[in-house]
Amino acid sequence: MIHNTDENLLDIADLTKVFSLRQGFSTTKLVAVDKASFVLKATQPEIVALAGESGSGKTTVARMILGLTEPTSGIIRYKNKNLTQLTRQEKRSWFLKEVQPIFQNPFATFSPLKRIETYLFETASNYNVVEKENVNQYVDDILNLVGLSLAEISGRYPNELSGGQAQRVSVARALITAPSLLVADEPVSMVDASLRMSIVNLFRQLKDEQAVSVLYITHDLATAYYAADRIAIMLGGWIVEYGSVEKVLGQPLHPYTQNLKQSIPDPDPDRKWEGQINLAVLETDEFTNMGCKYASRCPEVMEVCKQKIPTDFLVEDRTVKCFLYEDKNQA
Amino acid sequence: MAIIAEAKHLKAYYITQSYGIERTVKAVDDISLEIKEKEILGIAGESGCGKSTLLKALLGTIDPPLKIVDGTMQYEFEESYNVLSMSKDEIKQIRWTKVSYIPQGSMHVLNPVRKIRDTFHDFIATHQNLNKSETTQLSQDYLQKLGLSGQVMNAYPHQLSGGMRQRATIALATILSPKLVFADEPTTALDVLVQRGVVQLLKEIQQREGSTLVLVSHDMGVHANLADRIAILYAGKLVEEADTRSIFKNPLHPYTQYLIESLPRLDDKTERSSIPGRPPALDNPPEGCRFHPRCPHAMDICTKEVPPLVDMGGGHKTACFLVSEEKT
Repeated sequence: MIHNTDENLLDIADLTKVFSLRQGFSTTKLVAVDKASFVLKATQPEIVALAGESGSGKTTVARMILGLTEPTSGIIRYKNKNLTQLTRQEKRSWFLKEVQPIFQNPFATFSPLKRIETYLFETASNYNVVEKENVNQYVDDILNLVGLSLAEISGRYPNELSGGQAQRVSVARALITAPSLLVADEPVSMVDASLRMSIVNLFRQLKDEQAVSVLYITHDLATAYYAADRIAIMLGGWIVEYGSVEKVLGQPLHPYTQNLKQSIPDPDPDRKWEGQINLAVLETDEFTNMGCKYASRCPEVMEVCKQKIPTDFLVEDRTVKCFLYEDKNQA
Repeated sequence: MAIIAEAKHLKAYYITQSYGIERTVKAVDDISLEIKEKEILGIAGESGCGKSTLLKALLGTIDPPLKIVDGTMQYEFEESYNVLSMSKDEIKQIRWTKVSYIPQGSMHVLNPVRKIRDTFHDFIATHQNLNKSETTQLSQDYLQKLGLSGQVMNAYPHQLSGGMRQRATIALATILSPKLVFADEPTTALDVLVQRGVVQLLKEIQQREGSTLVLVSHDMGVHANLADRIAILYAGKLVEEADTRSIFKNPLHPYTQYLIESLPRLDDKTERSSIPGRPPALDNPPEGCRFHPRCPHAMDICTKEVPPLVDMGGGHKTACFLVSEEKT
């Protein structure tokens, strides 16, 4: 796909990360992310989900976008600037304000010994976002956005809040610098079931009302479908299918996505799972396959899948990394 | 159907004392539960509602600060066992051979410096007088029956994928054909494909061995797929108990209604609300019905009295004045 780069908030092209694992004298290379490409559009705020099983490289992508891990190769452009070439000054005064993280476990995000509102005030003063005399009002306004108020959380420690509330404060902290992009890594997986939807709804609301884009990383496809506009499915470091959620999860084309969709436990006793599935035996199996990483488990495996790595084919408004669609390629 | 285990008015509290201040956390408060033979009973509830504590009480693994304040817990095999009055050695006799337990984090259960083969040997040899080649044969056969690859036996735990590790743990817990199996969040932290594989395996074992499975999980999707009957816990109390279909199609308790309502589904993007408020802290739960501060239908009586668990017919039990008042 050819993109006009001006239209993209975040443009990731051929992003690769190779980890070298040393065991005694031998070194094994593990390709955690392999030529991943996707974009977040700038024309309108959107929520893009990055989904896949554990170990598929979701978090590594997030860490590279946040600048916590150096990419081995590939380019990350944010608002048309190459992130790996930013100076420290630029990074601090511009990039860190623009892109903010939200982590998985709200209780690990905050120190249990600090009052929770200090994080909000410290972020405000570190980034100089508001004059000192107005800071209380500013923090209160931000907390209102996430459905809390300063009076409610002031003087309280993280353990006095529920998981949902603490995660809201975590979102509020990220919003202090008025970012354009939130990178949320599994933001609901540690939150109580009854409060989970409140966090997902919050992302939808922020997108609509505050024009904040969200990169929503999750393994929960049901909430991804609910919240996101577009989705990228990851498998062994690849993005195997990428397009709008209605297309990708509505009518999945890649056999892996099809398998994933069927495996979502439907909260309806009338629709139970049927049939059997194959799972990988050893952790490293899929990373060391010659051809397609899904070949050993794929129900529609062909000879070519074991020899060659598939490229991205453009089929029905989405990209699919599978030889099944070689003939239908529209690009 | 015969009853294989029964808890009556079980109260398990965590009682701690520091600097003369006593703190009581009422994690399981007056729960009565019958587990029928050969059924899959799902226990659902959010984190901190007492699921794991209830499981500890059902298993008889009571260690301070956890204390059983009141109630009884009985297993009915060929003879009946009163779990709470049994000594540690007596419990050891029936553990794994009659009553088994599948722990939550398979990552931390298997010994990282021993091959799976050795773990299986250690495990079986404690209960049966077999030598190493016999136990290897036995476990190999069993894994084969479950459709797991023989490669597993020669691997160290860290070499296995997360799903395979969890399935090896399940195989280990069920190899001595226990009649009653408790599983504590067996699929949490696994991704959907692996989760499906694990659920498939649990069901297969339960059906082939004719055993009883008690499944503790917060994932309603898993319950819908696996459980025959579901018990919903909220803040240390049993609020609803019914067969799976009734829980999903006709929930009676407002908490269950909210819980079912808030589940996101594929092919549906309409707005879902979450339950207002937050779960109460169990060291100081609200008076009366513990859900009343979050309940949209709360009445006067809810703030004062604890609603009893009432059978609404057909084994559908619920603890809510709204529903039980209507009936009378």
